[in-house]
Amino acid sequence: MRTDFPLFPERASTMASQVDALYFYLIAVSAFFALLIAILVIYFAIRYRRRSEEEVPPGTRGGMLLEIAWTVIPFCISMTFFLWGAKIFFRMNRPPDNALQIYVVGKQWMWKLQHADGMREINELHVPVGRPVQLTMTSEDVIHSFFVPAFRMKRDVVPGRYSTVWFEATRPGRFHLFCTQYCGTNHAKMIGWVEVMEPIAYESWISGGGGSESLASEGSKLFQQHACNSCHRPDSLARGPNLQGLFGRHVNLADGRTLVADETYIRESILNPAAKVVEGFQPIMPTYKGLIGEEGILQLIAYVKSVSNGNPAAGTEMLPPNNRMAAPNQPGTEPRPGHERKP
Amino acid sequence: MSAELIPSTEPSPPRASYLNAGYGVKSWLLTRDHKRIALLYMISITFFFFLGGLFALLIRLELLTPEGDFVQAETYNKLFTMHGIVMVFFFLIPSIPAVLGNFFIPMMIGAKDLAFPRLNLLSWYVFVVGGLFTLWAIVHGGVDTGWTFYTPYSTAFASTRVIPAALGIFITGFSSILTGLNFIVTIHTMRAPGMTWFRLPLFVWSHYATSMIFVLGTPVIAATILLVALERIFHLGFFDPAIGGDPVLFQHLFWFYSHPAVYIMVLPAMGVVSEIVPTFSRKRIFGYRFVAFASIAIAVLSFLVWGHHLFVSGQSVYAGLIFSFLSFLVAIPSAVKVFNWTATMYKGSISWQTPMLYAMGFVGLFTIGGLTGLFLASLGIDVHVHDTYFIIAHFHYIMVGGAIMGYLGGIHYWWPKISGKMYPEGLAKFAALIVFIGFNLTFFPQFILGYLGMPRRYHAYPPEFQVLNVMSTAGASILGVGYVLPLAYLIWSMRYGKNAVANPWRATGLEWRTPSPPPAENFPVTPVVTWEAYEYRPREEAKVIG
Amino acid sequence: MAEPERQPVEPHGPSRLQHHFRTMDQQRDASTLAMWVFLVTEILFFGGFFLAYTVYRWQFPRGFAHASLHMDILLGTINTAVLIVSSLTMAMAVHSAATGRRRPLMGFLSATIVLGFAFLGIKAVEYTDHIRHHLFPGPGFRYPGPDGPAAEMFFSLYFGMTGLHALHMIIGLGIVTTLLVMSYRGRFTPQYYSPVEVSGLYWHFVDIVWIFLFPLLYLIGRHLK
Repeated sequence: MRTDFPLFPERASTMASQVDALYFYLIAVSAFFALLIAILVIYFAIRYRRRSEEEVPPGTRGGMLLEIAWTVIPFCISMTFFLWGAKIFFRMNRPPDNALQIYVVGKQWMWKLQHADGMREINELHVPVGRPVQLTMTSEDVIHSFFVPAFRMKRDVVPGRYSTVWFEATRPGRFHLFCTQYCGTNHAKMIGWVEVMEPIAYESWISGGGGSESLASEGSKLFQQHACNSCHRPDSLARGPNLQGLFGRHVNLADGRTLVADETYIRESILNPAAKVVEGFQPIMPTYKGLIGEEGILQLIAYVKSVSNGNPAAGTEMLPPNNRMAAPNQPGTEPRPGHERKP
Repeated sequence: MSAELIPSTEPSPPRASYLNAGYGVKSWLLTRDHKRIALLYMISITFFFFLGGLFALLIRLELLTPEGDFVQAETYNKLFTMHGIVMVFFFLIPSIPAVLGNFFIPMMIGAKDLAFPRLNLLSWYVFVVGGLFTLWAIVHGGVDTGWTFYTPYSTAFASTRVIPAALGIFITGFSSILTGLNFIVTIHTMRAPGMTWFRLPLFVWSHYATSMIFVLGTPVIAATILLVALERIFHLGFFDPAIGGDPVLFQHLFWFYSHPAVYIMVLPAMGVVSEIVPTFSRKRIFGYRFVAFASIAIAVLSFLVWGHHLFVSGQSVYAGLIFSFLSFLVAIPSAVKVFNWTATMYKGSISWQTPMLYAMGFVGLFTIGGLTGLFLASLGIDVHVHDTYFIIAHFHYIMVGGAIMGYLGGIHYWWPKISGKMYPEGLAKFAALIVFIGFNLTFFPQFILGYLGMPRRYHAYPPEFQVLNVMSTAGASILGVGYVLPLAYLIWSMRYGKNAVANPWRATGLEWRTPSPPPAENFPVTPVVTWEAYEYRPREEAKVIG
Repeated sequence: MAEPERQPVEPHGPSRLQHHFRTMDQQRDASTLAMWVFLVTEILFFGGFFLAYTVYRWQFPRGFAHASLHMDILLGTINTAVLIVSSLTMAMAVHSAATGRRRPLMGFLSATIVLGFAFLGIKAVEYTDHIRHHLFPGPGFRYPGPDGPAAEMFFSLYFGMTGLHALHMIIGLGIVTTLLVMSYRGRFTPQYYSPVEVSGLYWHFVDIVWIFLFPLLYLIGRHLK
């Protein structure tokens, strides 16, 4: 439902009503104080207007009590804003475990989205109603920001790292998707739609992709194509760390640090392998910068995730077909522009 | 000293003043008189104000229709970038400090000049050189990065005149540093005998706080801009993700200055209001020490809140939590000031003259700007309204509703002293009203637009946002008239205005105890101060409240 | 009400008291305070670079340590010594000015200038060396070893920070040269030498910056040798 002259945004996610509740509370408090000041100023200006040029009023001075009162009371009120806002913020930043995974790549000036089962879209995102959706996002060039007003959801998309955000749509419909971080000439054209569908309609939409492969199996293909499996293997010939069960685990690095293997770490290890070398291994891995694009990296990450979730079928792919050494210099490794759907 | 003793009606015979101390271009361009330098600044920033205003007008014309058919997207991006750069760095930041502060700080503390008159002149020249660089960038194709210069767009993708524009800002930064340094040293070492810290007018206190920010913040933006320039020119990759650089680090460095810079704009305006309200209420300001320390508290806290610009940039949620908390803290001293100004009017003798109208407008608009700042400090809401028109509305309420109202109020308040002439009061009141109405019509609809989700820096927008945008553009045209009027009648008054007496408002400050316009050396003899600030009646006579 | 206006009191030559100050003490306080405030701004100016260094060193500790091995430790140490000695000569110059001895003043100022140029000369040798080995960041950057990107970041910071420091040295040399001309013309007296004093503060500040740069850029990888 959209009128020609809306004054309030649509509400279409579980977060929207929570944000709005705080918003209304803030409006109420702000209106109270703004009106209080305005009425006092106008009232004093009229009530105590100057009646003769020579008049000098006796004056009043501030006492400590009054000053403390109007320092402490606003502080206490603002703390309610702070705590309430922080509570919502933490909820926004804690995605549920069962969220549907969707990968987003921003570039000047379009949004490229990949569903976990391989379906790809541009500037259009189809999601089912009533199911949490988590977006893992990165940028190919400058900083963008993924904003869906109806979901009260926004997150910057930064080159060189992954940011995640989640939402759960509450009703079907078409909602604006905006880029809100200025990204160059056609910043205002980097817009699209989020199409929220009933679960059944969504199932039939997603299965209508026409034989597209899942993201993880696309990643698995890349993994073999680049012969990653000749080093990253579970047996004793491994010259790189075994990737099975890696995702989400603690990793000890050669320089003594420890970190959790997340998307950003895997991405960095592909593009800049020497930056964080795992304990017990030599920095021999060459960089794959320029050989694998952002979308390919996302597929590899999906693959590494899939062999970390106790999926034994995927694990067998870790063993190399043969023991040949492979150099990572084969061209043509950009993901096929297969099943893209233009709006 | 009571009000009866303050001279109010003595006529002002033709005599030597700083204005006729020398004639000719050289006597102005090589002057070391802080009053003349202030006027040089006034002329330059007025030029930049109307230039920035022209860009704003074109932006609003583009946004009249949703399609983006008035100018090209590229042109539009340059317009809002240059509007921001010109208004922030070449008008708002120097506005009150370099004009009114320069003119009145020495007079208010009973000094003959700032501590370093030559440095003062140098800082004006530095400002002009920086301005010329930026103008060169504007004329030769403009720059389209947004005034925030976010990397990697500004370092690796923008193909416009980033370097000259950045260099202009870098150079102008030194002008700010020199001005701040001059003020700090002047306030410390040049006070007249008897002028203790707690006898200083609050205008001086707020400029002391502003100078702290100038001195501590400006070098960081200078370094940041230098890093961007080095990355663009020599490919030193400080923020380049390709070699592991972090574009978000730029945002931290940028906002470490640019958030305090907001207080550079509004603290001096608060200082102006703290002068106007007691004068036109004929009362000592309520809670002098609280207002004074609130300025210092704002300056200190302003350096600890930059992270609230990065709530959705991917900084850790715990950093977000801390910055949100600190952002609420910085709101408290501002609230204290608003309450004290309001209480100053209580049982005063309030005169509805033009400066007071601007001051009352400031209190109202700044209150709205400050309260909407709480929305942005609140994490859950900021996620939704970040980088939308809500934030545009909020900071225009602070910078235009606050800083420019303060500047115009101050210009009207001190115009008799600066020029020795009175402006036409009726017309000035009318202009103040026009500014107030035009401003609210321009920017209030933008709060609604922002919550609806209209992103900032959009050349074209979905059609359902049009009605509010049309209102905003209509308001902007009214606002434009409100700004042209004072320019016209103030210039008119220099020739045709009535001569001003030394103390037309019967105020208490030292600057009113010397003729209008003041002599070149400010005071015939160095004054000795034996009274408190704003002392209309002995302090003991006042009734204590609360 | 007003205190009597102070007239120029020096019998020979014009007074060094500017018209808007009441006393010489006030004038000297003002210039000393101004220089300290200026140095605070300088600290924050360099602070931006030091912050960037801290962030990236924390991110790439190994890459930074290895990259720092490409520094010429001998030239770096010599330069550190040169600067420390120049601080000494500058301090002696201030002392000579305060005690009104013109010849030693000019001597120490000249020594400071010579040492300053020596520093810049050695720095130029180092720069040439780095550029010859393709260590200047950008398209021409070639780095032997696995930590290419981190090393490129290290060298970006190296050239940025030492370049900025060198720029301050050049400005400092300009100032000291001006002081030398002024002292040759006999402008300084034991009552009026604050230009020498505040320039000394600036010179020491620039040296202290180097004292931080030297370990951060030259020494962090020494344990790997």
